[in-house]
Amino acid sequence: MKVKYFAWVRERVGKAEEMVEPPASVRTVDDLMVWLARRDEGYAHAFERPRVIRAAIDHAHVKPDAMIAGASEIAFFPPMTGG
Amino acid sequence: MTARVTIRIQEADFDIAKEIAALTQGRTDIGAVVSFSGICRGSEGSETVAALTLEHYPEMAEAEIARHAETAMSRWPLSGLTVVHRVGRIAAGENIVLVLTASQHRQAAFQAAEFLMDYLKANAPFWKRAESAAGTGWVDARRHDDDAAARWTKS
Repeated sequence: MKVKYFAWVRERVGKAEEMVEPPASVRTVDDLMVWLARRDEGYAHAFERPRVIRAAIDHAHVKPDAMIAGASEIAFFPPMTGG
Repeated sequence: MTARVTIRIQEADFDIAKEIAALTQGRTDIGAVVSFSGICRGSEGSETVAALTLEHYPEMAEAEIARHAETAMSRWPLSGLTVVHRVGRIAAGENIVLVLTASQHRQAAFQAAEFLMDYLKANAPFWKRAESAAGTGWVDARRHDDDAAARWTKS
């Protein structure tokens, strides 16, 4: 699946998007954050406070307990500050 | 008359008068247009802000704004609405966002405009980075904005 990062999540991870293939044990958005955070220091920094991070699956907001099976694009970003 | 819904995300500035004309042109059923403009404030707390740079998630931003527009259209008797959101670098004093709502009577137009802005602030995927004398940094989300959006789901 494709994962996208925005704003300071993108800066900390060091890339805007990538393809990932998490193991089957990674079932929810929360699981995916924990799994990504183990990759390196940048990811660990980006996901150090997972409660602050917002997520979207296929362009719709989701809660951390949302299942990721079947998702083609998952995005992680800080709370929004538009308008 | 079919409702006119215009949603645009762009780097360029917008002309409020032209946008209102596009919304109302050739129609005699509209009795009220409410216009809200969000402008880049030159300060954030005690910091002076020279400019904001807005990043967005293009596909989702369009989908989110369209979803909120549909909700507004179904909730109030609107003749049309326009949302224009700018991205990129925006200097202090320049426009950031425009919301126009048109209706036969003012109440629907006022309420729908406020609803759309509250939802855009809390749910549309845009992020502001501020430039100040101290450097640049991401603007923190305000709890107040989430509360403002939540009140529309209460009643």
